[in-house]
Amino acid sequence: MQLIKNTKIDFIGMRKITFVISTIIAIVGIIGIVQVSRNAANMGIDFSGGTSVQLKFNQPVPLETARTLLARNSLKEAQLQEIKEGNRLLIKVGKTGMATGNVAEAINEAFKKEFPGNDFVVESSTEIGPSIGDKLKTDTLVAMGLSMVGIIIYVAWRFDFKFGVGAIVATLHDVLAMVALFYCMNKEINLLFVTAVLTIAGYSLTDTVVVFDRIRENLNKNLDGSLERLFNTSINEVLSRTVITSLTTFLAAISLYLFGGEVIHDFALALVAGVVIATYSSIFIASPIVAELENRRGSPVRLKESPVETP
Amino acid sequence: MTNHSWRVSLILIFALISFIYLTPTVVAQLPSWWTGVLPKDKINLGLDLQGGTHLVMEVETQKAIEGTLDLVATDLEDSLNAAHVRYKQVARIGEDLVQLTLYDKGTAESAQQLIKNKYPEYELIPPFEDKGFVALQLRMDKSVVQDRKDKAAAQALETIRNRIDQFGVSEPTIQREGINHIVVQLPGIKDPKRAIELIGKTARLEFKMVDEGISGTTATPGSIPEDYEILVEKVANPSSTVVTDVPLAVKRKAAITGDLLTDAQVRIDSQYNQPYVSIDFNSTGARLFDQVTAANVGKRFAIVLDGTVYSAPVIRERISGGSAQISGNFSEKEAADLAIVLRAGSLPAPVKIVQNVTVGPSIGVDSINKGLLAGAVGVGLVVVFMVIYYRMAGLVANLGMVLNVLYLMGALAALGATLTLPGIAAIVLLIGMSVDSNVLIFERVKEEIRLGRTPRMSIDAGYDKAFLTIMDSHVTTLITAAVLFQFGTGPVKGFAVSLSLGVLINLFTSLVTTKVVFDSILNRFQVKRLSI
Repeated sequence: MQLIKNTKIDFIGMRKITFVISTIIAIVGIIGIVQVSRNAANMGIDFSGGTSVQLKFNQPVPLETARTLLARNSLKEAQLQEIKEGNRLLIKVGKTGMATGNVAEAINEAFKKEFPGNDFVVESSTEIGPSIGDKLKTDTLVAMGLSMVGIIIYVAWRFDFKFGVGAIVATLHDVLAMVALFYCMNKEINLLFVTAVLTIAGYSLTDTVVVFDRIRENLNKNLDGSLERLFNTSINEVLSRTVITSLTTFLAAISLYLFGGEVIHDFALALVAGVVIATYSSIFIASPIVAELENRRGSPVRLKESPVETP
Repeated sequence: MTNHSWRVSLILIFALISFIYLTPTVVAQLPSWWTGVLPKDKINLGLDLQGGTHLVMEVETQKAIEGTLDLVATDLEDSLNAAHVRYKQVARIGEDLVQLTLYDKGTAESAQQLIKNKYPEYELIPPFEDKGFVALQLRMDKSVVQDRKDKAAAQALETIRNRIDQFGVSEPTIQREGINHIVVQLPGIKDPKRAIELIGKTARLEFKMVDEGISGTTATPGSIPEDYEILVEKVANPSSTVVTDVPLAVKRKAAITGDLLTDAQVRIDSQYNQPYVSIDFNSTGARLFDQVTAANVGKRFAIVLDGTVYSAPVIRERISGGSAQISGNFSEKEAADLAIVLRAGSLPAPVKIVQNVTVGPSIGVDSINKGLLAGAVGVGLVVVFMVIYYRMAGLVANLGMVLNVLYLMGALAALGATLTLPGIAAIVLLIGMSVDSNVLIFERVKEEIRLGRTPRMSIDAGYDKAFLTIMDSHVTTLITAAVLFQFGTGPVKGFAVSLSLGVLINLFTSLVTTKVVFDSILNRFQVKRLSI
């Protein structure tokens, strides 16, 4: 079976449009990151510090009632979220004057006092002191930086500098696009989201490397014609495998999203979106950037021989 | 052995080892013959899957330093008194200083000599004028401060471990993290609140004399003598549940402290059916207790725990046996916990809970079930897709994927790794990623076929030419997984472990295992056309 046969799409020619689209997405992503660093986005309490409690009630509790109840008990800043199945309520409180350990207790007490007839169990409760959140934030930035540096070094070693730039721009693009998506959807930015982003950063390269390998191979073959044509031929040649490898991973990620449960719902969403974004960037961003860099130099590409001989 | 059969044996051996390592995880009750040489470790479930409490505590190590300096200050007072040196005041100042204030330069000489002999490890700052008095300062050396802080954290860890052991939690994890953090994991704990109170209590027990000449209710910090302080006693009205706070004026300096205890047990008062904690002193403690009670018959004696008075009984007679009892307004559970903390000893410094993640058992079971369902659906979708798209070759890739998951689970069990919900997610994701290498190979093979190569040549060339690409893509994934492992905690670490192990194993299953299957088929049958 063959889904994609002998395509002749002018990917490099489309770079003007795709670069504009991606630049816009990247700018939104940068805004998102700025907001995240100012704690102005929907931050998970693992970064911002605070308390989150998930309660499961016997009978349904209307959101409004719960909100006024918490406000009455000096927890006005609490954010509420209903979880669809089973009368569950997720209550999130950011930093307060109360000491760590007292907020969850205060929430439980408030519900016990005001809803005596509606029993509930505490399914999970998380309390994080502000110092931990700050440390985690720094650690995350260091982790992001380290992975980027690691990737640049590896790709620069395996290919050459221009490919390294192409790969890193594509990877950065994926990271920014995922942040942009979560920021615009007002989804929570938490540790699991960062994990998904880093995973996709690694995965995104898989697709990019497939295309790069083919470009390098064709360059070594000394095909006739312009550089642009060579890049286009290479991308078209590997298009079906780029799409299929992404598709299998996408299938796994989407089943996590659909059936994996509430706890990793957003994490799975980030993975699903990330797989799609990563595929897009390896076709429309990574190679066009290398082509663009080569054009600017105005000289025929000289590629380093790969350390291991390609047959 | 030929190259081929060698590879086949390797695959089978790995599969067998995986099964052996997975057995303890899958089989609830291992037969007795198993438990000898065969592995007993199983895949541990993370707290997010089995429920439990994860705590990060910060030891306020600075308080330990201040405590030490306070002790030095009182000790110095005693020494000065014994040597008949007149002084105005001895007090701790700031974080690392003890200051001695004297009336004149003459006494400074002898005081200096005394301090040099008694506290050689402290830096003595030469005397200087301070508001008409002469001041002498002792400074604790920076390296000593660091060392003490380190010891305080280590000791806190030991004390906490001791308390948890006595409290009875199965398979707790207690670790030090960084300079002053302690991470405690209590899987499957039923009453997290009680456990946290038990672990976090400083449990500094002191016996202090009460001065009934000073009324606690009207006293203000300024109106009482400097060596006294006001502490609150919680008195329960026996006929109602009302608890009233009664302030008492007690001596600042404790007559006896809790570190002289050898044992603490819960007993029930037969008269009122009230629990109390009976304590036994060591020989030094017993002697001190004997002296103090003998000298103070008829006076009140406050039993203070972490700055709160538990009870303040009147000393009726000299107590020589070296045992005493703490009664107060507490339930049997509270009394039991009090006995535990007293037995385990006090913390060298107060601890503050900076992170507390508690997951109920129901949500854990729910997560496992959903993770398994997602995994099953993921496997199903990928398997069906691969068979439709690559037919026979797709089946081979699916076999590789199944082996990949099997080996991964085996490896996780062998390492005694902890499976978290993100870890399950990593395995599900891996199902999709593990066939990717084969997709790259198959697409190469298809290209070769289009160039008119024979099936065997196409397969060989496909594996050869895709090899580098596969290596590259695996290395890049491993780079980020390694970073995640390095900085992640708990669930994220579980994700990184599953992902990196899975990617490594995938190199073997996708390159060696599937190739072996193709080789076997090509050796055995005359294949004219590849089903790919």
